[in-house]
Amino acid sequence: MFAYFTQLADWATYDLLVLEAGTKLADAVHFFIEDTTKIFFLLFVIVFVMAFFRSMLAPEKVRTYIEGKSRGAGYVLAAMLGAVTPFCSCSSVPLFIGFLEAGIPLGVTMAFLITSPILNQVAVVILGSIIGWQMTAIFIAVGIGLGVIGGFIIDRLHMERYVEDYVWKIRMGEIAQVEIDESLRGRSRYAWDQAVEMVQRVWLYIIVGIGVGAGLHGYVPATFFAEYAGADNPLAVPFAVLVGLPLYSNITGIIPVAEALLSKSLPVGTVIAFMLSVVAISPPEFIILRKVLKPQMLLFFATFLSIAFVLVGYLLNALLL
Amino acid sequence: MKTFKVLGSGCKNCVTTAKLIEDKATALGVAVAVEKVTDMATIMGFGIMSTPGVVMDGKVVHAGGIPQPDKVEAWLRG
Repeated sequence: MFAYFTQLADWATYDLLVLEAGTKLADAVHFFIEDTTKIFFLLFVIVFVMAFFRSMLAPEKVRTYIEGKSRGAGYVLAAMLGAVTPFCSCSSVPLFIGFLEAGIPLGVTMAFLITSPILNQVAVVILGSIIGWQMTAIFIAVGIGLGVIGGFIIDRLHMERYVEDYVWKIRMGEIAQVEIDESLRGRSRYAWDQAVEMVQRVWLYIIVGIGVGAGLHGYVPATFFAEYAGADNPLAVPFAVLVGLPLYSNITGIIPVAEALLSKSLPVGTVIAFMLSVVAISPPEFIILRKVLKPQMLLFFATFLSIAFVLVGYLLNALLL
Repeated sequence: MKTFKVLGSGCKNCVTTAKLIEDKATALGVAVAVEKVTDMATIMGFGIMSTPGVVMDGKVVHAGGIPQPDKVEAWLRG
C-alpha cells in the first residue's frame, strides 16, 4: 500500500517537475513529496479511525484504571497508558494534579508523563512503515522502559518534596462527565474534528522535520556521518543527545529526520538517542512542568533522561552491530 | 444573561474556545459574560482534567478540546 506514495513521488519529481533522477535536488524533492503525502495521510486516517471507535483513552479514564493499583503494576500500566493516551501538552498540569489527587504515587504519574511524548499510535504506525517494524519494536520497548525506570527511581528518592506545595492542597471536584453523541453521524463528526485538530497541532513540526530530512537526504554526503559520527566514535551518542536537548519536535515530525539519518548509515542507537532527546526533553514542556515541579526535580528529570538516552544509544549500538 | 467560564492554562485552544462562544453569542443576539479561568485550583475544583473546559451558569458542559460550533449554539439557545 505504501508503494503508492513512492509512485506518486516518482511521478511528481521526474514527470511533473522534470528533475533528473540521481541529482541532489531530485533526491531531496522526492523524499519531501513521498514523506509529506505518506505522513499526513497516515496521521489523518489513524486519528480518524481511533476517534471514530472512541478507542482514544481519555485521561480521566486512565486515572480510574491506575488508581489503587500496586506500585509495581502501576509503573508499567501508567507507562503503557501514556503511550496510547493522546493529550495536548497544555493539559499536562491538570493531568498531573488530577493523578496525584487520586492518590496515584508521584513516580507512577511521572511514568505516564515520561512515556506520553515518546510514543503514540500514530508514531508507531508511521515509524513502522518508514523505518521498519524491528526498529519500531525497539523504540516501543525503550519508551515504556524509560517511563517505568524513571518512575521507580523518582519514588525511591522520595521526590514528593520537590512538587510545588500548592499542588497537594488542591481538592478536585467530581470528575465532569460530558455526554457524547453515539450516533454514526455524531461519531463521524467527532472523529473528523479530532483528526483536523491533530493535523493543525502538528503540521508545522512535520513539515520542518521532513524539510530537514529531505535536506540531509539530498545534500549531506553519505560519508559525512560515517566519518564524524560512526559507531567507533564514542562521543557521537552523547553529542546526539546534547544536540537534541534544546530542539523540540512532535514525535511524528522527528521520524523523517531519523529516516534520513539512518539512510546515511548513522548507527541505530545514535539515531534513537537523538530522537528521544528531541521529543522527550524540551524547553516548552519544562516551562509547563515548572508550574508543578520545583527546579531541583526538573533538573533531576532532565539529567536522568539525558543519561538514560546516552546509555540506550550505547546499548543499542553494541547490540545491533 | 448566561455566564460562561472557559477553564484552561491559557493555551491557544482556550482562547479559541472563548472567542467561539463570544462570536456565536453576538451572532444569535444572546447576552453573555465570558470569563477565562487559569487558576489551577479552580479548574480542578470543577473536576476538569482535560482542558479547555467550559462551565455554563456554574455547571460543566464540556471538557477536553474546542467544542463543536453547534454545541455552543445549543448552549446559547437552551
